[in-house]
Amino acid sequence: MNPVLSYALPAALVILVLAMGCTLVPVLRGPTAQDRVLALDCLALNGMLLMLVLGIHQGSSNYFEAALLIALLGFVSSMAMAKFLLRGEIIE
Amino acid sequence: MIALPLWADVAVSLLVLAGALIALIGSFSLMRLRTFFERVHAPAVIATLGCWCVMYGTVLYFSLQSHAVAAHGMLIAVFLAVTVPVTNIFLMRTGLFRARLAGQDVPPPLSGTGEGGKAAAAVRPAWKEEVS
Repeated sequence: MNPVLSYALPAALVILVLAMGCTLVPVLRGPTAQDRVLALDCLALNGMLLMLVLGIHQGSSNYFEAALLIALLGFVSSMAMAKFLLRGEIIE
Repeated sequence: MIALPLWADVAVSLLVLAGALIALIGSFSLMRLRTFFERVHAPAVIATLGCWCVMYGTVLYFSLQSHAVAAHGMLIAVFLAVTVPVTNIFLMRTGLFRARLAGQDVPPPLSGTGEGGKAAAAVRPAWKEEVS
């Protein structure tokens, strides 16, 4: 691995972990329930990006499936929580 | 592992770093903005620009390494482009609905007998104390 990439990828990983830390604050503090759901959705997005960067770092495309799975589960869980907050039940 | 040429190295590094920085900006604004209706816009910048930057970096890296077009990274970006607006619309409707229940100063439903009015009338009374 060339020196540029071997410095840039750990830096990107650290930045993404910082971003996840920033997202964790509204999850814990968020004044309303929909703030927490929004922050959890954002946390799933950040985790997905972290998986993609980790895949480049390790040079393996197996991390791609993990990223796709995180995106899928983040969407489904955010939808379920938003639907519950909106109507009081998930499947009517 | 095949070492990439220098231009590809710099391009992948720039794309990945740009995506990570955009993700940091979006997450930081999620922490800093004041009202929910301002905050709900913040993750959109991660799902569009940040995700597309990292995705192009992934596609470029794996395409150059395997000497074939590795377009499977596009799948995530297309999936996010379809799903993120749906989640955001639901969350915005939730925020509006709960802000109306809490009696905050938000736009009223378009008609009293419409979907919003009926939903507000059908909600369990116990929620009204719970919503803040």
